[in-house]
Amino acid sequence: MELVLGLKYIAVALLIGFGAIGTAIGFGNMGGKFLEACARQPDLAPSLQVKMFILAGLIDAVAMIGVGIAMVLLFVL
Amino acid sequence: MAAEEVSLSGHIQHHLTNAKMCSTDTGLAFNKACSDSGFWTWHIDTLAWSIGLGLLFLWVFKSAASKATLGVPGKWQCFIEMVVEFVDLNVKDTFHGKSKLIAPLALTIFVWVFLMNLMDLIPVDFLPALAGLIGSSAFGMDSHDVYMKVVPTTDINLTAALAIGVFLLMIGYSIKIKGIKGFIAELTLHPFSSDNKLVQVLLIPFNLLLETIALVAKPFSLALRLFGNLYAGELIFILIGAVGLMQLPLHFIWAIFHILVIVLQAFVFMMLTIVYLSMASSDNH
Repeated sequence: MELVLGLKYIAVALLIGFGAIGTAIGFGNMGGKFLEACARQPDLAPSLQVKMFILAGLIDAVAMIGVGIAMVLLFVL
Repeated sequence: MAAEEVSLSGHIQHHLTNAKMCSTDTGLAFNKACSDSGFWTWHIDTLAWSIGLGLLFLWVFKSAASKATLGVPGKWQCFIEMVVEFVDLNVKDTFHGKSKLIAPLALTIFVWVFLMNLMDLIPVDFLPALAGLIGSSAFGMDSHDVYMKVVPTTDINLTAALAIGVFLLMIGYSIKIKGIKGFIAELTLHPFSSDNKLVQVLLIPFNLLLETIALVAKPFSLALRLFGNLYAGELIFILIGAVGLMQLPLHFIWAIFHILVIVLQAFVFMMLTIVYLSMASSDNH
């Protein structure tokens, strides 16, 4: 039983940790590119910002699904 | 927290359990009696809060619309107009067909999801404790047996229901614009196609598999994104609520960050609905 509990915690850590790595890389790339683009073409910034937020939601999704599953594992199951 | 000391994990469990209702042989039953009632269990707190907030949205917007003046508008009218124009602008930018449904749908989704997410900013113990108090004083129940989950979007049933609604609209629009034939052709003759008839037939199962996965993944990601974000946020609020007096600054920081999440998730849900419906009703492949 203790082994199962320990494995559960490891699974939760992996789920949250790797999800965070993925989003961090994604956000880093996207935010950097967005700032670069805004510096070059300031008049495009508003329309780019909308698209950036949509993509932020998309990038967020997978990691957040992972966090959700991890939280269910941790507290409910 | 309740008067007597409960364990942290029990406290969290209590916060994350919906008030359930189901019908049994003896009539309507609630909460723990429903633990093995299977499919037909109603989460009454989710239903009540979401329908109530939907009615609030309708009432607020309707009263603002009927009081609207051409003269100097009040602050409230300005605010409502800003919201409507913001949604309208996004719909016009993204959806290029003609449709009377998309913009009202987008407005409803945006404001409704936003209001449901906003329930997250109400202190986590306030409404459940109030419900517990009412349950124990008016109905003679143990306040631990009164469940109340106030943020409807932390219930996966609600987000999945929204996503299924959008999914059905996607299929409906596809069939309406392209016809049954066009819809099936889109599922089978894409992305791999060939001029050679035999190769084309051989490619159909593969295309069908790919396109079906792509189609079904959309409602899944729509539902789970909203649910995951709000569920994780709510859980962190509950965890912060359990650390004693230190919770006040922590709550403040997390709530400020959460304002962004709340609006962003409502916005993303709306935008993706528009994008998916726009993809479904465009005729270009």
